[in-house]
Amino acid sequence: MMDESIIKTSRMGALLIALFLLVGLVMPKWLLFLSTMALSHGIVSLGIVILMRGGVVSFGQGFVFAAGGYATALASNHLGVTDALLMVLIGGFAATLCALPFAPLLSRYRGIFFAMLTLAISMVLYGILVKTQTLGGSDGFNVSRPTLFGQEIATEESNWLLYNLAVVVVGVLATLARIYADSVRGLVSMAIRENELRVEYLGASVSNTIGTNFIIAAFMGGVGGALTLMSLGHIDPNFSYWTTSGEFVFVAILAGHHSMLAVFVGSFVVEIVRSFSNLYFPNTWQLAMGLFLLVVIRFLPRGLGSLWIDRNRNKGGEQ
Amino acid sequence: MLALTILIDGIIYASWLFIVALGLTLVFGVLKILNIAHGSFYAVGAYTAASFVAWSVSLGFSPAWSLLAMVLAAVAVALLLAPVVEKGVLRFFYGRDEVVLVLVTYALFLILEDATKLVWGPIPYYVSEPYMLFGLVETKTMSYVGYDFTLIAFAIVCGLGVWWGLNKTRTGKIVLAVIHSNEIASSMGINVTRVCTWAFMFGVFLAALAGAMTSPMISVQPGLASGVVIVSFAVVIIGGLGSIQGAAIGAVIVGLARALAVHTWPAAELFSIYVAMAIVLMFRPEGLFQRVQARKI
Repeated sequence: MMDESIIKTSRMGALLIALFLLVGLVMPKWLLFLSTMALSHGIVSLGIVILMRGGVVSFGQGFVFAAGGYATALASNHLGVTDALLMVLIGGFAATLCALPFAPLLSRYRGIFFAMLTLAISMVLYGILVKTQTLGGSDGFNVSRPTLFGQEIATEESNWLLYNLAVVVVGVLATLARIYADSVRGLVSMAIRENELRVEYLGASVSNTIGTNFIIAAFMGGVGGALTLMSLGHIDPNFSYWTTSGEFVFVAILAGHHSMLAVFVGSFVVEIVRSFSNLYFPNTWQLAMGLFLLVVIRFLPRGLGSLWIDRNRNKGGEQ
Repeated sequence: MLALTILIDGIIYASWLFIVALGLTLVFGVLKILNIAHGSFYAVGAYTAASFVAWSVSLGFSPAWSLLAMVLAAVAVALLLAPVVEKGVLRFFYGRDEVVLVLVTYALFLILEDATKLVWGPIPYYVSEPYMLFGLVETKTMSYVGYDFTLIAFAIVCGLGVWWGLNKTRTGKIVLAVIHSNEIASSMGINVTRVCTWAFMFGVFLAALAGAMTSPMISVQPGLASGVVIVSFAVVIIGGLGSIQGAAIGAVIVGLARALAVHTWPAAELFSIYVAMAIVLMFRPEGLFQRVQARKI
C-alpha cells in the first residue's frame, strides 16, 4: 500500500521533470533564466511549505539560502570545486550543518516566536556577512561559471544547461518532499498543525517533528542558494536579508501547503511579476507585489494549490 | 570613561527605540498584530517631518518652531495614514492566524516602501535645523549634542504618559481590558472595534513621532524602514510582546548591547543586538514581562 503510493508519486515526479525538460528546449533565453530563478527560489519556499504543514513559518530562510550560497561560492573559489552537481550538494549540506545547532532551540517555539527567531538568526548572519571584508563585505563577490560532469559550459548554452540542472535537482527534491509529506511523519506534521497537544498525548514528539522539518527545509534552502548562486555568478549579504526571506514566505503563502507543484507555479508568477514590473514600472514593483499578496491572502486564503486540490477532493467525495 | 560613553550612547539609542517599540507593543497587545509596517510608519514620520520642517523654515519661522512642526508631522501621519491602513486593509484580516497577519503587514510594508519613494523620491533629506537647538553638552573629553539628551527626556515623558494613561484613566482601563481579552471586553459592552482603531492610530502616531524626532540625527532616505523594524522587533521580543515595561527594558538592553559593540567591536553591531535577544530568550522563552498563558486543548 505504502510502496504503491511511493511508486505513483515517483512516476508523477519523473513525468513532470521530463515535461519541464522538454518545455526547456523551446524556451527563449530570458525565459530559461527566469524559470531557473523561479525553480531555485521555489525550492526554498518549498522548505517553508514543509514547515507550514507542521504549523510554523520561518521568516528567516534567507539564513540557509545564504549559508548554502556562500559555502558553494567559497568551495568554488578556494577549494576548486567547479562541478555543478557537487556544488548543489555542498550548498545543501552546508546549510543543513549551519541549521543543525538551531533545530533543538527553535523546535521549542511556535507561531510568531518561531518566525521572529528564525528572522533574528538570518539577520545575525547578514550582520556578520556585511562586516566580513574577506567575503567582500556588503558588495559580495563573483564566482566563475561551474562545469558539468567535467565539461566546460559554453556561454550560449549555459542558461539552458543550468535550467536543466535546476529542473532535475528541484524535481527530485520536490518528489521526495511529496513522499515525505505523505509518510507517517509528514502526516503527524499535519496533525500538529491541527492540535499539537493531542499529538503529544498520542505519543508522537512534536518538537522532534518540527526539528526534522526545519532540517529538511534547511537542506532545500541551501540547494536553492547554490542554484541561485550558479545562475547569477555573484553572491552578496542580501541573500540573508529579511526582505529576501519575506519573499520566500510570500511564495509559500501564495502556494498554500496543499500542493508541491503550486509552490513553483507561485514562484514563477512572482518572478514574472517582478521582472515585468521591473521593466515597465521600475519604481513600483514592490507596491505591485504587496497588493498582489494582500489580494491572495484575502481571497485565496489556502493558496493557489487549493484551486485544484480542493476540486479533486470534492470529486473524490462524490464518488 | 569608556563605560560612561557606552552608557550615554546606549541610552540615547534606547530612547527613540523605546518610542518605536512602545507603539509596536501596544498595537500587538490590542490588535494581536505584529506589525512589520511599523517600520514604514517610522520612515513616513521621518519624511513628513523633513517636509514640515523645511516648510516651517521657508515660511520664516525660527528653528525652535521646527520642534512643533515635527510633532505635527507625526499627528498628520497618524490621522491620515492610520485610518486608511486599519479601515481599508487590516479590518479584512482580523481573526486570522498571527503569522498570516505578519505577512499582511509585510505586504503593507512593501506597498509603503514604494509609496514613500514615489512621494519623496530616492534622494536623502537632511533636517539640520532642530539639531543644534539645545547646544552642546561638553565634558572634559567628549562633547554631546544637547538634542540627544532632550530626546531621552522626551522618551521618558512618552513612556510615563502612556503608563499613566493606561493605568490611571478610564479609557486606559478599557484598553487594558481589551488587551486582556477582547471577547470578554466586548461582552461587557466595550466597543472593541473602536478601541482597535484608536489604539492602532496611537501606535502609528508613536512610530511616526519617533521617526520625526530622529530625523535630525540621521539622513532620511529609502531603506530606513527595514532597519528600524528589525531592531524594534528584537526589543519587543526581549521585553515580551504587549508589555510596556518590557519595551522600556528591552530598548535599554538593545541600546546598551549595541553601544557596547560599537565601541569595542564595531563589526558586531547587529550581531550584538540578537545575541542579547538570544540570551534573554534562553532564560525567559516568552520575553521578560510576558504573562504565563494557559494552553488551549
